[in-house]
Amino acid sequence: MLKVDNIDVYYGAIHAIKGISIDVSQGEIVTLIGSNGAGKSTTLRTISGLMKPKNGIITFEDQNIVGVPAHKIVGRGLCQVPEGRHVFANMTVLENLELGAYLRSDKDGIEADMKDVFEKFPRLLERKDQISGTLSGGEQQMLAMGRALMSRPRLLLLDEPSMGLAPLLVKEIFNIIKEINESGTTVLLVEQNANMALSIADKAYVLETGRIALSGTAKELASSEAVRKAYLGG
Amino acid sequence: MNAIRKFDLKALVASVILYSILEGLIMADIIGPFWELNIILICINVILATSLNLINGYTGQFSIGHAGFLAVGAYTGAIITVKLGLPFELALIVGTISAGALGFLIGLPTLRLNGDYLAIATLGLGEIIRICILNIDYVGGASGLMGIPRITNLAWSFGLMIFVIFFIKNFKNSAHGRACLAIRENEIAADTMGIDTTKYKVMAFTLGAAFAGTAGVLFSHYFYIAHPASFTFMRSFDILTMVVLGGLGSMTGAITGAVLLTFISAYLSDFPEWRMIIYSITLIVLMLRRPQGLFGSQELSLKMFKLGGGKDGGNTVTGK
Repeated sequence: MLKVDNIDVYYGAIHAIKGISIDVSQGEIVTLIGSNGAGKSTTLRTISGLMKPKNGIITFEDQNIVGVPAHKIVGRGLCQVPEGRHVFANMTVLENLELGAYLRSDKDGIEADMKDVFEKFPRLLERKDQISGTLSGGEQQMLAMGRALMSRPRLLLLDEPSMGLAPLLVKEIFNIIKEINESGTTVLLVEQNANMALSIADKAYVLETGRIALSGTAKELASSEAVRKAYLGG
Repeated sequence: MNAIRKFDLKALVASVILYSILEGLIMADIIGPFWELNIILICINVILATSLNLINGYTGQFSIGHAGFLAVGAYTGAIITVKLGLPFELALIVGTISAGALGFLIGLPTLRLNGDYLAIATLGLGEIIRICILNIDYVGGASGLMGIPRITNLAWSFGLMIFVIFFIKNFKNSAHGRACLAIRENEIAADTMGIDTTKYKVMAFTLGAAFAGTAGVLFSHYFYIAHPASFTFMRSFDILTMVVLGGLGSMTGAITGAVLLTFISAYLSDFPEWRMIIYSITLIVLMLRRPQGLFGSQELSLKMFKLGGGKDGGNTVTGK
């Protein structure tokens, strides 16, 4: 479904991503794990069009998306939930969700998806008229995810959904990610919380300073000695 | 939808009534020429403030070069009527379009900037326009373009003011307007929702500039003259002050700001030495007591009074 082939990304003179290749197939949860500064978020931002690779090819459903502006990529069914919960802080929860469906015009479909989102995130239904800036961190993360779902993506990119959340909430968020995947959306997940990410993913890539250090099925990696030592705390 | 239409209709009727009262008072000589001038100035300032509010308030792009577009409108309008001898209606159209076109051309590169950088770029831009005009002999250079007929009257300025207000209000409530609000709230999120942020920023900037051009044509055709000194960056700040005073992002706020400030400076014109002092004290007090402006980003409505102002500071919430 998504194929990243040997991309190089620079921040000015800094070579942040050095020839990364990733493969995501329909229906999978694929995760990118690695420590701070390994290039996880940069990879994701490059895929969603917020940054441009210097060379390399990214294809989504067999179409090249390098150089396509971010807002057009969304229209093709690839939606990113940016890191740090970018919600429209002065708008209500409902307005945020409505903006998620900005590119769509099928009223019935939007309504059905709205219902679906409220089913997945009952907390959002409770607070649907609340100004979203006053939500808690976890609720804002749920809102950002719900909003992304409103664009009915076929591939959902999640950038560190567990960041800054209480352990209990992290669990809840990951359960929801799994649920989203089970209802047919492919997920590419960037995480620092390697344990959690590996527990729900099918496939994983371990990034180290801009390179892929290891890759394989999530099960393999979770039991691999090297990964256990470096990321899973022994 | 129907409720909105009904509201529009009521507002339209109210403005027609207001217009007839004003026109009647002027005809009956109860409002003298001095206040008539100020009423027209209020209409022009309301157009300027609401159009700047579209850029600064709704789309969140900090522009302070509005006087430049005002100047473009004033001069192109005057060229049409004075130099080419064509009708005023055409001057209005050409003045609006040329200011809008310039806004578009300048918006494309500068709207990549944000925050302080955009403010500096637009400030510089306003000055560039003024200095260019200052050096073009065809339009009178430093002595200004004189001999412009006085065609602007209450009907023109009031009518166009109402048109601009309704246009911007409906724009805000359209899908385009929602996109602009989303950009103001969070540009990254807007981008990842599939909103073409560049397009909407340029669109808001172009529309704002075009309406400033309209105000410019009205301006020069009321005061007989278009003079570079009327379009300095102080003028830009005046307009910005009106918007900020009323509350960035509030249409009724921008209107109130324009009316209030024009009224204050007219009233104080009898005490020229006190004028700037009182004017600045008003602003300082306001910024200390109500930094979000009179209305914040809310609109003036009956609901606001029912809440008894309890929603104070409701707009200062950030996404932390």
